[in-house]
Amino acid sequence: MAIDVTKFHQTFFEESLEGLELMESGLLELEVGADNNEAINQIFRAAHSIKGGAGTFGFTAVTEFTHLLETILDRRRSGQAEVTQDAVDVLLESIDVLRDMLSATRDGNELDPADVVDVQARLQELVDRDVPAPDGATVPVPAPNEDAPTTGTDGDTALGTWRIVFKPQAHLFRTGNDPVRILGELAELGSYTVEADTSGLPSLADLDVESCYTVWTIELEGPTEQSAISQVFEWVEDDAEITITRLDTPAAPTAPDGLEASETATDAPAAGTGTGTADAERRTGGERRQAEAAHGAAATTTSIRVDIEKIDTLINMVGELVITQSMLQELAQGNAINTEKLREGLADLERNTRELQGSVMQIRMLPISFSFNRLPRLVRDLSGKLGKKVELKIHGESTELDKTVMEKIGDPLVHLIRNALDHGLETPEVRVANGKPETGRINLDAYHEGGNIVIEIADDGTGLNTQRILAKARERGLVGEDDQLTERQIHDLIFHPGFSTAEAISDISGRGVGMDVVKRNIMDLGGVIEVHSVAGRGSRFRIRLPLTLAILDGQVVRVRDQVFIVPLVSIVESILFDPVLTSSLARGAGVYRHREAAIPVIDLSESFGIPPASDTEGSTPLLVVVEAEGTRAGLLVDDLLAQQQIVIKSLKTNFRAVPGLSGATILGDGTVAMILDVNSVLGLYRQSMPARPAPDAAEPGSTPGHDVEDTAPAGGQSQTVSEPSDEEKGPR
Amino acid sequence: MPSILAVDDSVSMRQLVAFTLKEAGFDVIEAVDGEDALAKAQARRADVVLTDVNMPKMDGISLIRNLRQLPAYKFTPMLLLTTESAPEKKAEGKAAGATGWIVKPFNPEQLLATISKVIK
Repeated sequence: MAIDVTKFHQTFFEESLEGLELMESGLLELEVGADNNEAINQIFRAAHSIKGGAGTFGFTAVTEFTHLLETILDRRRSGQAEVTQDAVDVLLESIDVLRDMLSATRDGNELDPADVVDVQARLQELVDRDVPAPDGATVPVPAPNEDAPTTGTDGDTALGTWRIVFKPQAHLFRTGNDPVRILGELAELGSYTVEADTSGLPSLADLDVESCYTVWTIELEGPTEQSAISQVFEWVEDDAEITITRLDTPAAPTAPDGLEASETATDAPAAGTGTGTADAERRTGGERRQAEAAHGAAATTTSIRVDIEKIDTLINMVGELVITQSMLQELAQGNAINTEKLREGLADLERNTRELQGSVMQIRMLPISFSFNRLPRLVRDLSGKLGKKVELKIHGESTELDKTVMEKIGDPLVHLIRNALDHGLETPEVRVANGKPETGRINLDAYHEGGNIVIEIADDGTGLNTQRILAKARERGLVGEDDQLTERQIHDLIFHPGFSTAEAISDISGRGVGMDVVKRNIMDLGGVIEVHSVAGRGSRFRIRLPLTLAILDGQVVRVRDQVFIVPLVSIVESILFDPVLTSSLARGAGVYRHREAAIPVIDLSESFGIPPASDTEGSTPLLVVVEAEGTRAGLLVDDLLAQQQIVIKSLKTNFRAVPGLSGATILGDGTVAMILDVNSVLGLYRQSMPARPAPDAAEPGSTPGHDVEDTAPAGGQSQTVSEPSDEEKGPR
Repeated sequence: MPSILAVDDSVSMRQLVAFTLKEAGFDVIEAVDGEDALAKAQARRADVVLTDVNMPKMDGISLIRNLRQLPAYKFTPMLLLTTESAPEKKAEGKAAGATGWIVKPFNPEQLLATISKVIK
């Protein structure tokens, strides 16, 4: 039967990459010179699993590479060698290489063999240094998928006659071994006669039925080798006296001792660990073919590992749902409907549904440690490069978050940490001079707040330099020369597209991605970011994200006879529309005086071309003040309906992408309602009003009555500024 | 069909082993580590135990040592799945009561060949 092992490749890659994360975080926690036994054990186990899997699935290069890693770790867990900084450094680098190797193999990409060879050579060097090899020999790598020699492989297999005396110790049965099985295997090697000597049997009174007292003498004739015979007895060689002698004169000399020969045959290295380039190229080539073969099987589907408890909860709830359903059905079948019973049943149904929804969402939830895990390594590497001393403290890493959100928050987090290290924290000398501890601190926190997850990144560095930011903003024309801004507004300028104050482009943060991109990424996830900073004391970035992208909190609004959803996160406040406060501009565009500022009024019925309904009389229009990317605007609606959780259905998949809308949903009464993409609605409005004036900045000190108040931006003229160039660097 | 308790903390290896054995018609009980296996072995008797060596919580050698104490598993064939070609691991396993071992890497055919050796 042929088993197609490629179907397990995807799982292997996933768990190996997870294993690498475990190894990495384990290595970062190792203390040089201390007793790290359990930690090393864990790292070792991960390496060992990767090696085992890679061997089984035929990823030879990975096996060979991991073997070195495993050897180094094994010596350190058994205390044969010490954990040095050097060793940790090389091991960390090798994890990067291994990660690349695994990803490349998975995706069927090519990997630069030079990278592998370099680190592999350094691992080898470490192996050699630990225990100087007697004759410069390298550590042997077991040959993958090498068939165990079940028949003699050494030399010819001429006919031979052998006498085998097999005298098991009394406990043989208690190892699960069975002499009959062994005799059966011998039969495969040739024909034999067997003699059982039962003279060792004690008297019935002393007989222990679980013990073995028999001695077997076997004469075997067949085209076999001594090593093959030894192989049959391999499992019991420690539990028995075994002698194998050749009775006829061998035609050619065989191995001196059968057991020795068997050992040698099994453990013989296939080849030394090559470190030459040619060797590596050959391996990489081989692995590429493997990868290509694997590629077809490794489809693009990603999987998620779910705690069995979550599934059990789910099954329980479905059970309850079924009970409620049958109860309702029974009620409906009765002649006279018992309203009270029906109401109870519906209440149960509602509870079941809500709980079920919650549990299903739980399945997509993963602890944020998946994102946090890569950060200690980043901090370690960067602080070394920058000559800064940093301690990273992480709290709340078990806080759960939707997988999709998690995947998208990784890069912004890395960027913020980079910034904190590069621009926020001072060098040890500067810190000491300022009366601060030499080692800077970065705190990373995650916790749930309402239906959101909050992530905070705080450092105790210099804080934002408000004067420099303001000067830069004026220089770039983001802020008028005479504009007075509050400190908060100045801080918020760093999120402005095209803003940067770093004096020199830094190797670390200068990757062409500024804080504006961080902010945009977070806003794309329906989240908000804000910064608090005290000069000389440090900065704190606070990111608030929805727990999931599948559901949003929405305000249901009515525009004529249509119903729309405005994401609650975009709403600043909702007010009665007072025509007195409106001034009409050219082409009918209205500007509304709102809290000392002028905001454009967007009539949604115009934006979406909704014809006037027959009975618009008597309704007082309302203005929903929304904010997107630092711009505020008022959306004119006819009525505010419920605030509720909305399950988002994709328009793109079910219909097509529609400008101004981010999706649709089905309301309780069966109505389909469109979900507004506020940012895009504002964009549409701007396009339709080419000559419009720039909306005013939100007023300093305004206190909108909605919970997004903290995000009040400073510079409102974001759209007048060009996009940041690639040279844009970190903000501080 | 005989039942086989397959123990491995690595998901891909466990899937491979379980799939191979199921394809061959065996009844497979899967366990993720020694502790899990010990509990499952007591809940339901396995005819053969196939276990990885290096695992969290309880390693394969301790598992075998523990199982051998149970009357139901006194004579049960128990095989170690191991990459350790080092003799001391095999010896340690034997001392704990292992019947034998299968050296990783192995292919499905080798696995089945070895299993068929110990299945009566």
